[in-house]
Amino acid sequence: MRSRALIAGGLALAVAVVTWPAWRALASPPAPPPVLARPSGAARCVAPVAYMRASHMRLLVEWRDRVVRDGVRTYTDAEGRLVEMSLSGTCIGACHTDKAKFCDRCHDYAAVTPTCFNCHVVPEAGPAAGGTR
Amino acid sequence: MKRGRRVFLRMAGGAAAATAAGAALGCAARVAARQRLAIAIDVRRCLAAEGCRACIDACHRAHNVPAIVDARHEVKWIWKEPFERAFAADEPDSIPVAVRGGLVPVFCNHCDNPPCVRVCPTQATWARSDGIVSIDAHRCIGCRYCVAACPYGSRSFNWLDPQPFLARPLSRYPARTRGVVEKCNLCEERLGEGRRPACVEACPGCAMVFGDLRDPSSDVRRAIRERYSIRRKPELGTRPQVYYLV
Repeated sequence: MRSRALIAGGLALAVAVVTWPAWRALASPPAPPPVLARPSGAARCVAPVAYMRASHMRLLVEWRDRVVRDGVRTYTDAEGRLVEMSLSGTCIGACHTDKAKFCDRCHDYAAVTPTCFNCHVVPEAGPAAGGTR
Repeated sequence: MKRGRRVFLRMAGGAAAATAAGAALGCAARVAARQRLAIAIDVRRCLAAEGCRACIDACHRAHNVPAIVDARHEVKWIWKEPFERAFAADEPDSIPVAVRGGLVPVFCNHCDNPPCVRVCPTQATWARSDGIVSIDAHRCIGCRYCVAACPYGSRSFNWLDPQPFLARPLSRYPARTRGVVEKCNLCEERLGEGRRPACVEACPGCAMVFGDLRDPSSDVRRAIRERYSIRRKPELGTRPQVYYLV
């Protein structure tokens, strides 16, 4: 019974240490939202910005299944434009050419690590990026 | 009661006829639209260019196939095999001596009855309606059942991360990652653009012919019609669709 104070103090310290990151996050001001590089070439995305911001991964998964499983390569967007369904060719090849300042910045901010680029090759900068098959 | 039965029978008969007609129509439409893609290789022409690697280099460049020297880890889509190894079983004596002993190009046979497809637990590999046996790397879990099932050794497993072994990867075709299986895809991405497979296009001696077997006027049909052809291990019942003209 003599060590009651010691035990209570130890427990309080343990709780404080474990919850420290949460307290710190609550106390510090929120991190500024990432500043994303706007595409220089293309004027419009294949879908509204709000949809792309929230659900671009759904669109990419849909594209993936259409291309890989069904062999369909062209996407018709809401405005009737025809787009090649290609991550390396269209998304980061033609529009968001600076992946580090677009994809990566937001993914870092949201602390997500998509596996897309484990395989898909990031084109080198320059108009001829991508080369020929 | 009597009339009820008659009406029922009439309706049942009508429904059956409609089903049969629909099935017949659907079947006809499917057959008309379907292709059966195949490749024929003129072995004698290929052997004439000794040491040629044009098809291998073109394919491996086009598909970001890593150049791993260690045989335990190597990845290959198309390579050359001694004739006796490629056609291991007892081949008929009618095969000319000239083609025996040479190195012939081998790759996925895009079988009509592919054992790799049957064993894949995730349907990551499947036969398309045009006959191409495809791999969806997104779905591959790396179990390597297909590698064991393929009697031609056409499939390679990525034991290592392939990216460091790519000198200048092309962004137009994805590379692969560690833990997935890969093989020849009959250049389905090029066919989608109306181009021929890279190996066929690259062959300097025009020894490879590509086309639709269901089209009687296609190059591959003509080649098979006019020349004596053999296939690899036909006794296994996989119905391979790469023909070797000997």
